[in-house]
Amino acid sequence: MNVWQFMLQNRSEILELTLEHLWLVGISTVLAVLIGIPLGILITRWPALNKPVLGSANIIQTIPSLALFGFLLPAPWIGARADRLAILALTLYALLPLIRNTYAGIKGVDPAVVEAGRGMGLTDRQLLLQVELPLALGVIIAGVRVATVISVGLATIAAAIGAGGLGEYIFRGLAMVNNSVILAGAIPAAAMALLADVSLGWLEKRLSPH
Amino acid sequence: MSHSSDQGDAIEFHKVSFRIDHSRDLLHDINLAVNRGETLILLGRSGSGKTTTLKLVNRLLTPSEGEVRVEGRPTREWDVIRLRRMTGYVIQDVGLFPHFTVERNIGLVPKIEGWPASRIQARVQELLRLVGLDPGVASHYPRELSGGQRQRVGVARALAADPPILLMDEPFGALDPITRAELQREFLELQKRLKKTVVFVTHDLREALLLGTRIALMDAGRLVTIKTAEEFPGSKEPLIVAYLDAFGSDFAGRRDGGRS
Repeated sequence: MNVWQFMLQNRSEILELTLEHLWLVGISTVLAVLIGIPLGILITRWPALNKPVLGSANIIQTIPSLALFGFLLPAPWIGARADRLAILALTLYALLPLIRNTYAGIKGVDPAVVEAGRGMGLTDRQLLLQVELPLALGVIIAGVRVATVISVGLATIAAAIGAGGLGEYIFRGLAMVNNSVILAGAIPAAAMALLADVSLGWLEKRLSPH
Repeated sequence: MSHSSDQGDAIEFHKVSFRIDHSRDLLHDINLAVNRGETLILLGRSGSGKTTTLKLVNRLLTPSEGEVRVEGRPTREWDVIRLRRMTGYVIQDVGLFPHFTVERNIGLVPKIEGWPASRIQARVQELLRLVGLDPGVASHYPRELSGGQRQRVGVARALAADPPILLMDEPFGALDPITRAELQREFLELQKRLKKTVVFVTHDLREALLLGTRIALMDAGRLVTIKTAEEFPGSKEPLIVAYLDAFGSDFAGRRDGGRS
């Protein structure tokens, strides 16, 4: 049976797994944005926190994903359900690009613009909201884009701990040594990654000043 | 002027030194008074401490020793936001907000101060005319303007909320000579009308003599001397003589010609 026939036959299950996959990626990305962007802003204001925060995010990034799922397993509440575990792990992975890009975006604002803003009596908050964040937005969205695309790929591993998603097919196919089954998981995942990349790329362009 | 406490100097430096951490003094024992309505030039070569001096006025920096008083009150005691809103600030790189139109750039402080939209709009139009720009540029973005136009907008933005004090850090330094001469002429016109207290940083002697009421010559973090623009060319002060030599001997006559 070729891939397309297989996918057609199992379309309802594929749709279900795709939605599950989207859910894992979506929730974790939203959480990462909610945590990562404020952290990125924070370290532009408190340079002493810069190294510890970026360092920790970097270290998390170096932990192999399967191992991270394993580490988190004993955690209370989180470890009780596979999807919670997967969302936490994906959130942690997505933090680095978000923190780093938020920091880089704000630090990349023309110093003359910031000095002029300070000199004309903008408060720190006004400077942040009216000047720095709008000017850094393109770079921040680029971070969201990288985080999302990485997440779509990583979320396939979540199936290994039973969190569902398109990884189900990939692992099943590997066990069955059946390429069609692997591809039935891989193709929608790849399409999702591409779609996220293109749409967030478009958004990035639209929201970049200049 | 609503802010002024009728008498006294607009800005005073009282035994001001400034250093970063424990390095040598970037400024050493500066004593200086800026009269209301005058244009005081801070003249000196790169690294002499002109810009540092300027930034002490709107508390972008705070003195390590001594105090800077604005309207009789030490900058340390000012609410820093109020202090900065009453001191317009113009820098060489202009620093217009690239994501705002000219109108929003100029109108930002009035907007934050809660002016009604109609008043802001009228003020922007008034300021654009004042700095010699077509009111039509209000809807343009900074990237669509020439260097000279941008600096005109920079000046208009600094004047937006009608601050009594204007701090200008080599505002015309990055412009081509013709545009620079134009803006210098316009500045003189403007200053004749507005009578702001201006502190103006430059390393250009001609500019200093053309625009200044008095000239404060700085060297290596010290204030060497203050002379009126009239006294300056005739001075025997060695550093002034060195400055005059560096710029050639023909400027004095030009200056008188240009001013009258």
